[in-house]
Amino acid sequence: MKSKKKVLVWLLLAIWAIIVLFPFYWMVLTSLKEYGAYNAEYIPQFFTLAPTFENYIQAFTDVPLGKYLLNTLFFAIVTTGLMVFVTILAAFAFARMDFKGKNVLFTLFLALMMIPGELVVITNFVTITELDLRNTFLGLILPSVTSVFYIYLLRENFAQVPDQLYFAAKVDGTSDWRYLWRVMVPICMPTLVTITILKVIECWNLYIWPSLITDDPKYFLVSNGIQQIRESGFGRANIPAMMAAVVAVSVPLIVLFLIFRKQIMSGVAQGGTKG
Amino acid sequence: MEKQNWKAFLYLLPALVFLGVFLVYPLIDVFIYSFEEGYSSASQSYFGIGLFNYEYVLHDPYFKQALINTFVLVIVTVPISTGIALLISLALNSVKKLRSFLQTIYFLPYVTNTIAVGMVFMVLFKETPYSQGVVNMLIQWVHLSPVDFMEGPWWAKMFVLCFYTIWIVMPFKILILTSALASVDEQYYNVAKIDGTSSSRIFFRITLPMISPSLFYLVITGFIGAFKAYSDAVALFGTNLNAAGMNTMVGYVFDMLYRDSGGYPSYASAAAIILFAIILTITIINLLVSKKHVHYN
Repeated sequence: MKSKKKVLVWLLLAIWAIIVLFPFYWMVLTSLKEYGAYNAEYIPQFFTLAPTFENYIQAFTDVPLGKYLLNTLFFAIVTTGLMVFVTILAAFAFARMDFKGKNVLFTLFLALMMIPGELVVITNFVTITELDLRNTFLGLILPSVTSVFYIYLLRENFAQVPDQLYFAAKVDGTSDWRYLWRVMVPICMPTLVTITILKVIECWNLYIWPSLITDDPKYFLVSNGIQQIRESGFGRANIPAMMAAVVAVSVPLIVLFLIFRKQIMSGVAQGGTKG
Repeated sequence: MEKQNWKAFLYLLPALVFLGVFLVYPLIDVFIYSFEEGYSSASQSYFGIGLFNYEYVLHDPYFKQALINTFVLVIVTVPISTGIALLISLALNSVKKLRSFLQTIYFLPYVTNTIAVGMVFMVLFKETPYSQGVVNMLIQWVHLSPVDFMEGPWWAKMFVLCFYTIWIVMPFKILILTSALASVDEQYYNVAKIDGTSSSRIFFRITLPMISPSLFYLVITGFIGAFKAYSDAVALFGTNLNAAGMNTMVGYVFDMLYRDSGGYPSYASAAAIILFAIILTITIINLLVSKKHVHYN
């Protein structure tokens, strides 16, 4: 009875692991198959004896995949950098400073968390178009900067820093600004790392906004870049080259995840909502 | 302590500017757009104020299709993904070996690019020049007849969309449920064991009530997420979702705004407001139901 249950448990776990991993396996496998060989398969082959890197070369030369990756990297770094800066300042004001209307304002901030991004995209699209910022990095970056949730998360963390530190610093004549960057930020580094990584992932996967705001491939990010590749890149039928592009887009995030596994999973458990 | 009004204001200024321009103003503006009849982005003028945009959207056959698709997606994926996630989390919780290894694997879909990996699913389900694709091969192994998933009947495409959606949302659900299960106090189980309580009774009387807040949190976020589905459908069926008959409500909004059929921010706004009215209603119902059934310490 007991062992039967154990077998069932492991069977379930193994099946789900296969369902999760199989698409990744198939993506890598297909990217290594030769174009002609893939299309000539009467029965899909589960391995290949003649792996080729031809598809990867094609993915980086026939379509500007390298450019898309660099664009996304630039976009992710600038957006995340700005977001972290704005978030640190706002979180500090809410956690450490005393001002009129603080509680009302903080409650309003929390209420903003409930506004769905899809609802405000319409006006943002019109705003950015009217400012003539379509097909620019500025147009891509500006509406993606703020995240109310991260301000909330960091404020909670800042609030845990003991008051004594602040008063001691005040006695020493340290300014608020210095105290924030020399004491608060280093103490709360783990939370900041988590916020940074989650935002980078979000930037890397952003699709709707870049697809609305850019139609010049010079400014494509990976999501709409790869969509473009699919619709008109190598000719619709070149699946192996497409899969090579998909691998190139997926690997950076998977590496990032394997390095920062703990921070990412605990960060998502605290407030990720993709799903 | 003295008030630091001005200083605090300066610290908050960047956040206030960004939120004001890109979150608060657009929220108000979208309601205004939705009531402006015949608005044209080119001349920035409109004929009048009224409910015509809503009427137009509600009578648009593409909107009806999007509405049906979205509801089917929600009704199918939310219960199935939550159920499977619960089973897997219970299984994970009962093993010690390989647990963190498996947790890492199960989390992988969360950190993938929805568009990119969606194309892998398209390839899995798609026919190749001389074969019917991998999934159809597996189907034939168990002696069922193959289906043209990507270009065939509506239900086949819907199946692929639901399958991919479930695959994508599982990591988040497994993560939340495993941490909820891990935080249930061992003492409850120990006491129950001494009393000789059966394992199904332990599950329904201890485990389920203890994790019910997380479970309802997942149901609520699951409903919201599934109602907002769009990128997954684009990844599988391309940007022209209306032609594929696979559009979702969010997809309808963006098609109205942009792309070939776009240029109508008023229709887009009306459709978006209808969508979020539906989401708000369902979330309130969820919350009312959860008040009755969820055990909060």
